[in-house]
Amino acid sequence: MARIDLVDLAHSYSGNDAPAESFALKPVTMTWRQGGAYALLGPSGCGKTTLLNLISGIVTPSRGKILFDGTDITPLSTQKRNIAQVFQFPVIYDTMTVGQNLAFPLQNRGVPKAEVEARVRQIADLLDLTFYLDRKATRLTADAKQKISLGRGLVRSDVAAVLFDEPLTVIDPELKWQLRSKLKALHRELDLTMIYVTHDQTEALTFADTVVVMHDGRVVQSGTPAELFDKPAHTFVGYFIGSPGMNIVPAVVSGREARIDGHIIGLHRNYGVLPAGAKIEIGVRPEFVNVAAPASGLLSATIERIDDLGRVRFARIRVGDAKFAARVPPGFSVPDNMVGLVFDPAHVHVYADSRLVEGVA
Amino acid sequence: MDKTINQKAWFLVLPVFAVVAFSAILPLMTVVNYSMQDTFGNNQFFWNGVGWFKELLDPSTDLGSRFLASLGRNLLFSAIILAIEVPLGIVVALSMPREGWTVAVCLVILALPLLIPWNVVGTIWQIFGRPDIGLLGYTLNSLGFDYNYVSNEFDAWATVIVMDVWHWTSLVALLCYAGLKSIPDAYYQAAQIDGASRWAVFKAIQLPKMNRVLLIAVLLRFMDSFMIYTEPFVVTGGGPGNSTTFVSIELVKIALGQFDLGKAAALSLVYNLIILIVCWVFYTVMTNAGVERPAKQGGA
Repeated sequence: MARIDLVDLAHSYSGNDAPAESFALKPVTMTWRQGGAYALLGPSGCGKTTLLNLISGIVTPSRGKILFDGTDITPLSTQKRNIAQVFQFPVIYDTMTVGQNLAFPLQNRGVPKAEVEARVRQIADLLDLTFYLDRKATRLTADAKQKISLGRGLVRSDVAAVLFDEPLTVIDPELKWQLRSKLKALHRELDLTMIYVTHDQTEALTFADTVVVMHDGRVVQSGTPAELFDKPAHTFVGYFIGSPGMNIVPAVVSGREARIDGHIIGLHRNYGVLPAGAKIEIGVRPEFVNVAAPASGLLSATIERIDDLGRVRFARIRVGDAKFAARVPPGFSVPDNMVGLVFDPAHVHVYADSRLVEGVA
Repeated sequence: MDKTINQKAWFLVLPVFAVVAFSAILPLMTVVNYSMQDTFGNNQFFWNGVGWFKELLDPSTDLGSRFLASLGRNLLFSAIILAIEVPLGIVVALSMPREGWTVAVCLVILALPLLIPWNVVGTIWQIFGRPDIGLLGYTLNSLGFDYNYVSNEFDAWATVIVMDVWHWTSLVALLCYAGLKSIPDAYYQAAQIDGASRWAVFKAIQLPKMNRVLLIAVLLRFMDSFMIYTEPFVVTGGGPGNSTTFVSIELVKIALGQFDLGKAAALSLVYNLIILIVCWVFYTVMTNAGVERPAKQGGA
């Protein structure tokens, strides 16, 4: 149990002298508070696993420091750090029973026998493994094996954090859902800091109370699921989270107005001074743009197709050259080719060079 | 069950059958034929039935005592070299680098003894161990050890065993190394996370994962050492006395030295049978060890 601080932490697999842009993890400074449920979200190759392996000590950072409760543990080996990690594919010790597998991390640390037994029982119980405790672990299914791996990660009560590296990849969708809720319940019950790496936004948003979004080796935003949805700090967060993702359209912004193709959209805030020379875009989630019958005051768009998701319909449209998605209000019958767009000004954000610009109210 | 009857298939099998007949069945039958007869040269043969086989398995006869004694030596030899080469091979494999240019260097060095023809290995050690001119023999004697593989049984055995270890440990090491290389990194990382000691990693991950290759290594080394001929023949010639006379050496002595074709044929058949049986046992054990029995799932 500890607060984890990363101080200017960066890593390159080709050494410290590699060009800054090639770093797998660009310098990051952030804090993981004790007891939090974090998700580390991002596409493959964005540096999530690198960050995780740096925290657990499997990889030694090129630069920067890692502090557990203020103590610098950067030079310590994985064994000496107080950390647990669960990997993408099940790792089980073939010759041992399920119970011995679960007890292994405790035995290696010289925990008294009675305590080991109690803790193994508790974890096996939480993961529905009690039935298998005396069974050889080799002959179980991939699901059960991964549960054992999860169990080995959770069995130590004193760890600074439990790290999960896409642990549900090998699990069937049905069971995946169950296990994820189980992990969330375990988090509440065991009061452990958990960091969960995934590239699946549903997984991240359902598991975590804080989602850390990574892109190209950088942490682009860290916040609650609602914050990520309502106010993406980076255009990447905008379109990576949400389905369909945020609409990002080049625009000319001055004061309380944004101009797209000569059409003016009102903004909720005042954007007086924007960085000179930056690429200015506006971003708005499809949920906050409605299609309507074409009218003179509305930005007009060409319909490409309608996606009916059951509860809600989204129109895939084109504004000039830009692709766009907008909500189709219930009961609205969509015309054949042209529609007008109605924006909700409170949810239109302005981005300069992909980063959110805070306007003045 | 309508089976298509196609007699043409026989013609397709025929060439293989012919080759096998000439290369294996006919020679084997010749040996079976010899084993039932006695000959005094001049291509004259006398029927002896199963007489040679009876003698072979009866320790009170000359043939039986020689066979059983050499068989005992063979088993002892195989046991000793397995007990040395398998653990040593594992240790060598464990201490080899996992990546980098040193891997290639280590592999080449390890492969070298395996590439040397057997009689050359014998010759190398025969000279190496000579007390008068051999580096090993001379050094040992200068250090005060009375080492002479020609006159001392223990020295002769030690030489043959060390020679075999030198020649074949590489094979075990290479097989184990291949087994070790196939273990995914995640296992080592998980073991680090779990705080496993070096010994625990070996016991819980490396040894179980090497299981299969180790069985292959044991099988290969057992078979090879059980059939050993060239090296001890070149180094000790089976001596001193009969102390390093293994079954194959005995066989050659009887067949070519005494020209007792009947006895030799009977002996080689029994020898062959032993090897086949051991082979079969190993094969069964190995295939059974590899079978993943379907997990019995219930509850939960």
